[in-house]
Amino acid sequence: MPEQVMSEVLDNRRVGDYHVLSLTAPGIAETARPGHFVTLAMGGEESSMVLRRAFAIHQIASRGVYGGTLDIAVAVQGLGTKWLAERRRHDVVSLVGPLGQPFSLPKQGVSCVLVGGGYGSAPLFMLAQDLRDRGCRVDMVIGASTEAKLFGVLELKRLASSLTITTDDGSAGVRGRVTDALGEAIDRAATDVVYACGPMPMLAEVARISTKRRVFSQCAVEESMACGIGVCMTCVLPVVGDDGVTRMVRSCIDGPVFRGDRVRWQDIGTIPSDAVGAPDQEVVR
Amino acid sequence: MSRALISSGGDRRDRDQQGAGVDMSTDLAGVVLPSAVLTASGCAAAGRELDAFMDITQLGAVVTKSIMLKPRSGRATPRMSETPSGMLNSIGLQGPGIDSFIENDLAWLAQRGARTIVSIAGETVDEYARLAAKLRNIGGFEALEVNISCPNVADRGQVFACRSESAAQVIQAVRRGSDSRMPIFAKLSPDVTDIVEIADSVIRAGATGVSLINTLLGMVIDTRTMRPALAGVTGGLSGPAVRPVAVRCVWQVRQAFPNIPIIGMGGIRSGHDALEFLLAGANAVSVGTAVFNDPGAPARIHHELAGLLSDRGIAQLGEVISYAHRPEVDLGVSPLEPGSGFEDWDFISE
Repeated sequence: MPEQVMSEVLDNRRVGDYHVLSLTAPGIAETARPGHFVTLAMGGEESSMVLRRAFAIHQIASRGVYGGTLDIAVAVQGLGTKWLAERRRHDVVSLVGPLGQPFSLPKQGVSCVLVGGGYGSAPLFMLAQDLRDRGCRVDMVIGASTEAKLFGVLELKRLASSLTITTDDGSAGVRGRVTDALGEAIDRAATDVVYACGPMPMLAEVARISTKRRVFSQCAVEESMACGIGVCMTCVLPVVGDDGVTRMVRSCIDGPVFRGDRVRWQDIGTIPSDAVGAPDQEVVR
Repeated sequence: MSRALISSGGDRRDRDQQGAGVDMSTDLAGVVLPSAVLTASGCAAAGRELDAFMDITQLGAVVTKSIMLKPRSGRATPRMSETPSGMLNSIGLQGPGIDSFIENDLAWLAQRGARTIVSIAGETVDEYARLAAKLRNIGGFEALEVNISCPNVADRGQVFACRSESAAQVIQAVRRGSDSRMPIFAKLSPDVTDIVEIADSVIRAGATGVSLINTLLGMVIDTRTMRPALAGVTGGLSGPAVRPVAVRCVWQVRQAFPNIPIIGMGGIRSGHDALEFLLAGANAVSVGTAVFNDPGAPARIHHELAGLLSDRGIAQLGEVISYAHRPEVDLGVSPLEPGSGFEDWDFISE
């Protein structure tokens, strides 16, 4: 059950091109699992920015007097995230969470590859820890356009059996994309499950590579959302259900984590004609 | 500054107590609702998700997302763009269709004990009639809101509320298909030359009252991609940005029709905003886009409104409805100044 709280900023630190905010999150941190997200209101009570911004939960902790706290990674992309990046210790922000469906964890100690693009690696820290606690092997492939946009390389090294880094410009690790390195990582670790978080084109490719190798994949998608709680219907994407039928489902409630082989990646941004409730052909414009 | 957290909770308790003596009930077309604050259609789904953030049975009613005859996938994404103090949406009425709605959503609301106003939408007059027929013997809801003003349809000519004749045809069909005692609210579009004329036509056609306003047709172009920001090109503008337009519509329709029930909505984000609508003539208010910013907004606004009424010495919410329309009497004092309670005004104006 999600909670809505006024949260105090405990810390705001730079990590590469990103900001990591630590927030008090009573009742949220305690029930949060890897893949869950939170939303924050931007700019205070009378803000002209009326929509909340969604952030994957990066870490959770229990900090004495503060109770449960959580960390999020923020990339400054517009006025809202700029405002958020300027929050300082003791500032108060409106926080809602935990939201969405988290990653499913295997019951057995299987071999997992975790793929993160940009600050998409943020939710993979908790996931890697949970997987390791279950006796899973964890290999990681993380990438970004350039070194400053990689997130959390040092700590990930500690969590993973192997860490492959890629950058588009070759400023760190291997020049190229995470998806260039994924196939080899899967083969090397005899991977059973791939977990991924990052931009949509990356996820589409991760799902394609995994499915082709008959490896199960779980992808945390990044769709723009207005509400994050399932009432606005803006964040829908075409997903095939257990019954084989395609529906336009909400990434905030039914996701953000989806099975890679169930999302119709090529059809995102459209209403496939065979989706439930798709417009009749003659009405399509 | 962890004090800020403690005091925010404290404020809420104070506020609750402050407005505790005010009768917040309102009479909406003969239906007495314990609160004049409702959700707005399309911003609360069918109530279930919001129940996690407030007790939806405490609201005046849950106004459900407009339901159509058949399941509908809506428009392609992107469906949303934030705008100054508002947002543009082009959802396109995605929903499960009336049969699933009755079986799952309406049943859940009834079982939960929430009061419900069912919003319906159709592509043809006949579809509205069939929706009314489907709902006729179901029960479990207080009123119908007929959405004839959704801007997110492929053909602007299909926005029934933009023309008096088509608006009246839909309302007449719904009236004929419904129990004669069922209150019917026509939800109108502000994108018309004269909203009073449209209100007049739907009332003549059998609407019990009107809901004012639906979103305004708008557009955003992404200067990065140099294309329209929404896949549907145009969308409906909502949020505080449209509030003055909505207040004006409520005012004009109230002036023309002193006695019809009006549900007011458009950018309500605080108790002050809700009070503004009541003063303009709304009998109840719907909270929409504010829910996206603050999922508990309807409950918060109810409490804020109770506090504001209490501050003004008002015991029953109905006393402020249309109060801004009263004749001007220059007494050199404002009703807000100390020593000048609302009761004094009643006395003086007699």
